[in-house]
Amino acid sequence: MKNNYASPEDLRWKCYKCNIFLSVGPATLIYMGNKIKAQLPVCPQCGFVFISEELALGKMAEVEQILEDK
Amino acid sequence: MDQKELRLIESKCIQEEPPECTAACPIHIDVRTFIANVARGKWEEAWKILRKTMPFPGILGRICDAPCKEYCKRKGAGQAIEIGMLEQACVKTQAPKQRIIPLPKKEKCIAIAVSKLSGLTAAWDLSRKGYEVTIFEAGGELGENLLSMPDEMLPHDLVREELGILFSLGVEAVLNSSVDDEKFLSDLLNRFDALYVGPDDGGLSSNFLERENVFSGGFSHYKAKSPVWQAAEGRWAATSIDRYLQKVSQTAGREKDGPFPTRLYTNIDNVAFATAVKPLDDESGYTPQEAMQEAGRCLHCECLECVKACSYLEKFGSYPRKYSREIYNNSSIVMGPRQANKLVNSCSLCGLCEAICPENFAMQTLCLEARRDMVQKGKMPVSAHEFALLDMQFSNSDRFAMAQHETGHESSAYVFFPGCQLCASSPDKVKNVYAHLRETLSGGVGLMLGCCNAPAFWAGEEELFEKQFSIFSGKWADLGRPQIILACSTCYKIFKENLNKANIVSLWSILDETGLPRDCTVIKSDVPLALHDPCTTRYESALQNNVRNLLQKIDQPFLELTAKREYAECCGYGGLMQNANPDLAKTVIKRLAGKSSADYVTYCAVCRDNLAGAEKRTVHILDLIFNKDGESVPAARKRPGWSQRQENRLRLKHDLLSDLWAKDETNRKDNDGIVLNISSEVWQILEDRRILVTDLEEVIRHAETSGQKFFNPDTRHFKTSLKLYNTTFWLEYTTSDNGFTIYNAYSHRMVVSGKEK
Ligand SMILES: [Zn+2]
Repeated sequence: MKNNYASPEDLRWKCYKCNIFLSVGPATLIYMGNKIKAQLPVCPQCGFVFISEELALGKMAEVEQILEDK
Repeated sequence: MDQKELRLIESKCIQEEPPECTAACPIHIDVRTFIANVARGKWEEAWKILRKTMPFPGILGRICDAPCKEYCKRKGAGQAIEIGMLEQACVKTQAPKQRIIPLPKKEKCIAIAVSKLSGLTAAWDLSRKGYEVTIFEAGGELGENLLSMPDEMLPHDLVREELGILFSLGVEAVLNSSVDDEKFLSDLLNRFDALYVGPDDGGLSSNFLERENVFSGGFSHYKAKSPVWQAAEGRWAATSIDRYLQKVSQTAGREKDGPFPTRLYTNIDNVAFATAVKPLDDESGYTPQEAMQEAGRCLHCECLECVKACSYLEKFGSYPRKYSREIYNNSSIVMGPRQANKLVNSCSLCGLCEAICPENFAMQTLCLEARRDMVQKGKMPVSAHEFALLDMQFSNSDRFAMAQHETGHESSAYVFFPGCQLCASSPDKVKNVYAHLRETLSGGVGLMLGCCNAPAFWAGEEELFEKQFSIFSGKWADLGRPQIILACSTCYKIFKENLNKANIVSLWSILDETGLPRDCTVIKSDVPLALHDPCTTRYESALQNNVRNLLQKIDQPFLELTAKREYAECCGYGGLMQNANPDLAKTVIKRLAGKSSADYVTYCAVCRDNLAGAEKRTVHILDLIFNKDGESVPAARKRPGWSQRQENRLRLKHDLLSDLWAKDETNRKDNDGIVLNISSEVWQILEDRRILVTDLEEVIRHAETSGQKFFNPDTRHFKTSLKLYNTTFWLEYTTSDNGFTIYNAYSHRMVVSGKEK
């Protein structure tokens, strides 16, 4: 999961607290002791990470399954 | 499980045992594959199958007396397959080209003083193994007794051609030899390392025959005249000679040299009757077309009884023998993907395979052991069972669990334990039943709410199960160990295995013995209902009888499914299949729903709800007996969703405590005024994704107090997330004066963190 997982629609969301549109930034995904770096939509100010439905139920679910069976 | 245990388990699955024909064949030709190729007109392939085991297929294929035919299972549905005639039809087609590559030359030479098919077969086998072979023939040409057969039956040119293969392998023939003369044979032993003499050589002294390098063998009676038995005799002699010269055991692993009884089971109950194809011309046998037609009658014998009956076993594309090997390998993996996790976790542990299997192969034992092993090693995927274990935790928490003597009683002769899922599905029926029991039984009927901990048992969580079960036992001991009345057959099974059997009784047995409620209006259906036995009652015939008695007592006509009693099928809840493999569970429940077109009646709340969830009209027997509310069509009642199931339990405890024990339990922490508006589409999403409303409430509560959320100026929707247990929930919503409107929800298990600034 090294790729960029931010779609243009994701970047239409704003961080409510910081009142800034999200931008693509680095984030870390951790599961079962494995760390994965990815480029995700994040609030450039506070770092709050946005996960879309497509990503959660697609690629993330797939990787979760692989890591669980490892 | 070690290798030895694995082999013991594997050996119980008989799918790979040979079919009757192969087992009965003295040289064990793969008849089933041969016939399958004939049926498809694949003559070259059929030829190759014969060649694999049959010496001189051009000859033996024409004169084989097919003793296998007598054992053919087709006999039970018409007539045995004409295997001999199929062999003839095959070897009359053009033989595919072949190159025989013998093993490297061995510096040992063997004399064969038998010119019949047995001697020729020994020469055939030994020359391929690299031995120098010399045949001593009494007559003037090799294979004289084959050449004495009529040319139409066995063309002489063909015999010479097939025997020519021996010469191409370096076999020598010495003609006009005195093979009956012991002096002549004794002299051979000076030049040869081993000697094979024929069975009919009555003139030889036992002294001579007992020499360690002299091999003989043979049959009296008819077998001496049977071509395939002659070939077999030659083959065994060749094996003995080879083993003697290699200095290895004469006997080890040779139990199946000759015909043996096979353990393979083949069910012919549903096979259509069909007699053998008659050749148009009796003299010349089958034409290729006739042979193909006859071969088409072959049953292709195999067992697969359990696979035919179980969608789970079918789904993974193989059968228990293979599965046990996969599961064994899975648990032995140190690094790398464990590919059989899904296989291990998808079994409903219902035990139908064991009930069906002629050898009682128990897939459920294998899967449960593997789960326990995975849990112990910390290798169990969290997602496989978490939702069910959290639900169990809910049931055992103060929000649902309780234990009380009957009001006005200091002790209890009985305690009613309705089980978590009946309370989740039909809380009102639980109230009705409890009222009836209090009315009918004396000595005090206490009440215990909670879970029997079957989810922990099924998940292989032994420690958790022991812990929770002892908590339950403690509360039960505090009530004075009254007899437990059980409404759920899963509870019944778990309690029976973990408590003294005298301590439990099923609700159905109580109702059958003490009678039905006096004031109840039984709403029954005039058309017969199909009775579904829950899989956990598989061996509880007394309990199954109680239910049948009850249906008769209320005059409810019913019919039996084929999958009844011992052969009851699981609804997909068992073994947490529904959690670990929701798609498979859908297939399973559809299969069960399709057993009869009639509406169903059952006596398990989960079976009832799962059937209802699959659009199958189903009533719980309590819907019929305790119908005080005038519900008109209980069969159409929808399956309560996951959130509703928790809400029902929560409310049931609250209602019972306030109605019967005058306790006001208002400490429901989620009563802080959060109102959610959820459309039916979104409800479906929540159901499919197993997201509980209580979880949504918590996510919203967190977002609204912390302000941590996203906002979309285009749609004016909010989105937020919160990690609860091992799961992060995402929620898309809007706020208004009427509460929160939910548009979407999803979850993931990975933990996400961004760069803190
Ligand atoms: Zn921010």
